[in-house]
Amino acid sequence: MAEVLVYVDHVDGAVRKPTLELLTLARRIGEPVAVALGNGAADTAAALAEHGAVKVLTHEAAEYADYLVVPKVDALQAAYDSVSPAAVLVPSSAEGKEIAARLALRIGSGIITDAIDLEAGDEGPVATQSAFAASFTTKSRIAKGTPVITVKPNSAAVEAAPAAGAVEALAVTFSAQATGTKVTARTPRESTGRPELTEAAIVVSGGRGVNGAENFPIIEALADSLGAAVGASRAAVDAGWYPHTNQVGQTGKSVSPQLYIANGISGAIQHRAGMQTSKTIVAVNKDAEAPIFDLVDYGVVGDLFDVVPQLTEEINARKG
Amino acid sequence: MSLRIVVTVKYVPDATGDRHFADDLTVDRDDVDGLLSELDEYAVEQALQIADEADDAEITVLTVGPEDAKDALRKALSMGADKAIHVEDDDLHGTDAIGTSLVLAKAIEKAGYDLVISGMASTDGTMGVVPALLAERLGVPQVTLLSEVSVEDGVVKGRRDGDSASEQLEASLPAVVSVTDQSGEARYPSFKGIMAAKKKPVQAWDLSDLDLEAEEVGLEGAYSAVDSATERPARTAGTIVKDEGEGGKQLAEFLAGQKFI
Ligand SMILES: Cc1cc2nc3c(=O)[nH]c(=O)nc-3n(C[C@H](O)[C@H](O)[C@H](O)COP(=O)(O)OP(=O)(O)OC[C@H]3O[C@@H](n4cnc5c(N)ncnc54)[C@H](O)[C@@H]3O)c2cc1C
Ligand SMILES: Nc1ncnc2c1ncn2[C@@H]1O[C@H](COP(=O)(O)O)[C@@H](O)[C@H]1O
Repeated sequence: MAEVLVYVDHVDGAVRKPTLELLTLARRIGEPVAVALGNGAADTAAALAEHGAVKVLTHEAAEYADYLVVPKVDALQAAYDSVSPAAVLVPSSAEGKEIAARLALRIGSGIITDAIDLEAGDEGPVATQSAFAASFTTKSRIAKGTPVITVKPNSAAVEAAPAAGAVEALAVTFSAQATGTKVTARTPRESTGRPELTEAAIVVSGGRGVNGAENFPIIEALADSLGAAVGASRAAVDAGWYPHTNQVGQTGKSVSPQLYIANGISGAIQHRAGMQTSKTIVAVNKDAEAPIFDLVDYGVVGDLFDVVPQLTEEINARKG
Repeated sequence: MSLRIVVTVKYVPDATGDRHFADDLTVDRDDVDGLLSELDEYAVEQALQIADEADDAEITVLTVGPEDAKDALRKALSMGADKAIHVEDDDLHGTDAIGTSLVLAKAIEKAGYDLVISGMASTDGTMGVVPALLAERLGVPQVTLLSEVSVEDGVVKGRRDGDSASEQLEASLPAVVSVTDQSGEARYPSFKGIMAAKKKPVQAWDLSDLDLEAEEVGLEGAYSAVDSATERPARTAGTIVKDEGEGGKQLAEFLAGQKFI
């Protein structure tokens, strides 16, 4: 059976959920061979094996943290050369897309970004994508070379499928370009203890209607009652009420949770681009004409300062 | 010596219009009004600010696109860029990201550059890969997705806010930079700027000017193929209630019914 390279997104050896989803998709096309780089790379093996990786290629070097993107491209290319896979799958983060694009160019292949589903097809893997703020669904494939495809979080269910997961050291020679862009300082993002926005099953968002940073705890309390991640519209972010890392939409994160609750958000096209594929959509907005209501499964026309605290209280009461 | 800045700008269908696909499954650019991609305005803005700080700088805006893409160039010129290059050729129709990066890289090399500045992503394709592809093709550092950028003594520095960390980056020129919409509001063209733009030079290049063959680009040359595009079915109308004191409770009831609580 053909091998499929899967690029592993991990933090010091802890594999992030979108990579495990990729393994599910990879198994539809062939046998997953994982590539884990940087600090803690070998520690990823157990989780990857548990989810179907037949092999885990690892390499640790300071370059991965000290320089931007290119060292990872060099390593992925080394893995590609050693495996000759049928496809290369990469998580669709900003960095993932850049790595995938440069690899595709080097190996003379095409690239598909932000796939939301993947199936085997007669002419190679068929990727499903959303276009124009998720108002269209397209099916695409790579016409030349080995398919290089980046896949969005929440595109497949994580499935246990134990495999050998044999760890092998990958031999990597860095290119002249590898050290071109130096990372001179790094400030890790502080953990909020809440689920990762792109990975969360439930997202609770606030917009301009929240009317101030001091009111965001109302949104956070609702999120916490549901074990949800917190999102924000660009209007709320631009006003400085909530960090940009939490922005949902075209220039923020794109989310596709089971449940999305929009509070005080009008539903502009750029916001919808980042949340329209959510399974169930709920909105609280005092303007009955707000476009967000065109998307909802359930909407409450009302003041969020009345509705949201009552909802939170009711949820907490029901949980006992 | 003058700092030569090339800003890549894309002409895109208006996101607030009714965007759709043409029969050949390329983005329909005829039925919807087009404009300079809003995310590329941020690139023009940062170019203008970097040029202001430099002793001597020249900003060229570059687009690969149809006839109407001139509008995008005019807008960038009226914001303050010095000159423009329009790569236009019938054979370019349907070019994908890999092909677009080839044409842009050839044009950038022909124009001459110290610094390339791109937007974070185009608002129609939203791939966000062209800047990385340009860096790979040009063989220069990529300093991408910056929310803050500066150039001094032949070195570009910037801040990249990533998923897990915020990073300070640094690279020597020549380099390819891309900036996000966090980099600072783009200026509006002034009346004077609009008038001045009318006299600024716009060069037109076709594939032969860039020593490219038709087979290397366009729908035929594309590395990826779209086989189908279907409109997402409209969401079925949901239940909408007016809060009369019980809105939160009603919502909780709905969520419980859906097993979220
Ligand atoms: C290139 C580009 C990229 C963009 N990217 C993004 C992006 O990634 N994400 C994004 O979100 N936006 C993005 N935008 C901005 C987008 O166009 C909208 O401006 C933005 O989404 C509006 O945010 P909002 O809904 O919070 O604010 P508004 O549109 O001002 O809506 C606020 C809503 O809150 C309601 N409200 C007010 N008070 C209350 C109350 N007390 N109770 C209940 N409801 C109340 C109002 O009725 C209104 O509907 C982008 C724009 C551009 C041009
Ligand atoms: N046809 C084009 N002409 C000029 N610049 C482009 C073109 N396509 C993409 N770009 C540049 O590349 C950036 C990222 O585009 P993309 O990778 O298509 O999302 C854009 O913000 C532009 O700066």
